Amino acid sequence: MPADRLTDELKRGLDAPICLTWEITYGCNLACVHCLSSSGRRDPNELTTGEAMAVIDELHDLQVFYVNIGGGEPTIRPDFYELVDYAVANGVGVKFSTNGSTITPERARQLTAADYVDVQISIDGATAAINDAVRGEGSFAAARRAMDLLAEAGFGAFKISVVMTRHNIPQLDDLVAIADGYGAQLRLTRLRPSGRGADTWGELHPTAGQQVDLYHWLRERPEVLTGDSFFHLSALGEALPGLNLCGAGRVVCLIDPVGDVYACPFVLHPEFLAGSVRSPGGFAEVWRHSELFTSLRQPGSAGACSSCGSFDACQGGCMAAKFFTGLPLDGPDPECVLGHGESALASVGASVGPGVGAGVGAGSRPTPGPGHSTPVRLGRRLH
Amino acid sequence: MFDAARPYRLDAQVAIRPEPFGALAYHYGNRRLTFLRDPLLVDLVRDLEHHDDVDTALAASPIPPARWPAFRRALAALTASEVIGAR
Repeated sequence: MPADRLTDELKRGLDAPICLTWEITYGCNLACVHCLSSSGRRDPNELTTGEAMAVIDELHDLQVFYVNIGGGEPTIRPDFYELVDYAVANGVGVKFSTNGSTITPERARQLTAADYVDVQISIDGATAAINDAVRGEGSFAAARRAMDLLAEAGFGAFKISVVMTRHNIPQLDDLVAIADGYGAQLRLTRLRPSGRGADTWGELHPTAGQQVDLYHWLRERPEVLTGDSFFHLSALGEALPGLNLCGAGRVVCLIDPVGDVYACPFVLHPEFLAGSVRSPGGFAEVWRHSELFTSLRQPGSAGACSSCGSFDACQGGCMAAKFFTGLPLDGPDPECVLGHGESALASVGASVGPGVGAGVGAGSRPTPGPGHSTPVRLGRRLH
Repeated sequence: MFDAARPYRLDAQVAIRPEPFGALAYHYGNRRLTFLRDPLLVDLVRDLEHHDDVDTALAASPIPPARWPAFRRALAALTASEVIGAR
């Protein structure tokens, strides 16, 4: 079967998600300026341990092979490792993202002993200066310390996850060197204008020239993981490895800390809220029958992109990036590599480049929710 | 190296999830996700362990002989990605 038929099949949706992100807390000891979920404080209405285990039971029944756990900083939930153990015991593998600050030597040894648990440590630069400007002072040192501990414990190939910005794209080779030094896998993802990122995207997102550089760099390094997040770059030529399509509500979704289900990790906004795992029928009902997901699986029109010869390659780009920059969902991505995004942004009163702050000329740009932006203090009682 | 004259089976670390187009196979060890894009291939993969070799499994399946070469190629690819293995 040709690859494009697989794309068509995936657009119609799967019986269960392939890639499910579960943000289990909005609590975080950092306050990264691009945080997709505007995390900081824990929500008092977070799923209880019992409710979270019921979600895991459902994922087991649906044969969701693994879940990507994030937050917030997921490890600040006191029951975090209890939930990880429960998931693994039920055949649901766990990949979790952490800023590394709670990893102790003992924890690193326990993680090394666990099967089906992958750890992903976030840094957003190859140096403290570049990283800490985004993630906060001391965050680079804390992440490196966690990496040292995992390496010392013999964890093997953990992942180092980096959101690409205009300040760290010049450090790509240095990031590879850091990963290679640990025998780790580098994972690069795209900066989205979501959450607090809505306010910083204008000054942080890569320049047009950097996008071209990144495309060629990625083409030469198929071993670098991307979560398929740069498919908009495929309009530059040969497709990047992976699924070149928006998986929102089709192969991907997000469960938030209070059990709300959104179309993808980058659209925490009422418009993309499909339902709640707390409703009758639980997660499966939302995935299979919610109005939002059903509509996302309908064949869509290419809209303003229909006359563009590259539509098959880029599929119009990222829904979330369009939404939070005020662009129509059936038009070009704000970072369209053929330049159609800039004119589209101009027509909605925004502009690409530094200075697109909150409310600056963004006529119809939706605002992310109020968020949970006050950071929590990291106590020493963490397990 | 895949050899259709030998016995195979689904890898013990692989889970198969039916989908409208066939199935998804996930290997818990190497964490690779594989698309099995034909329901006949899904049934064949599950049935391999009941036969002394791959060709006997093919002969016992409803797959028309004209398509066996394509299915052997698919099984060779699944061997390379450790979805199935010689037993």
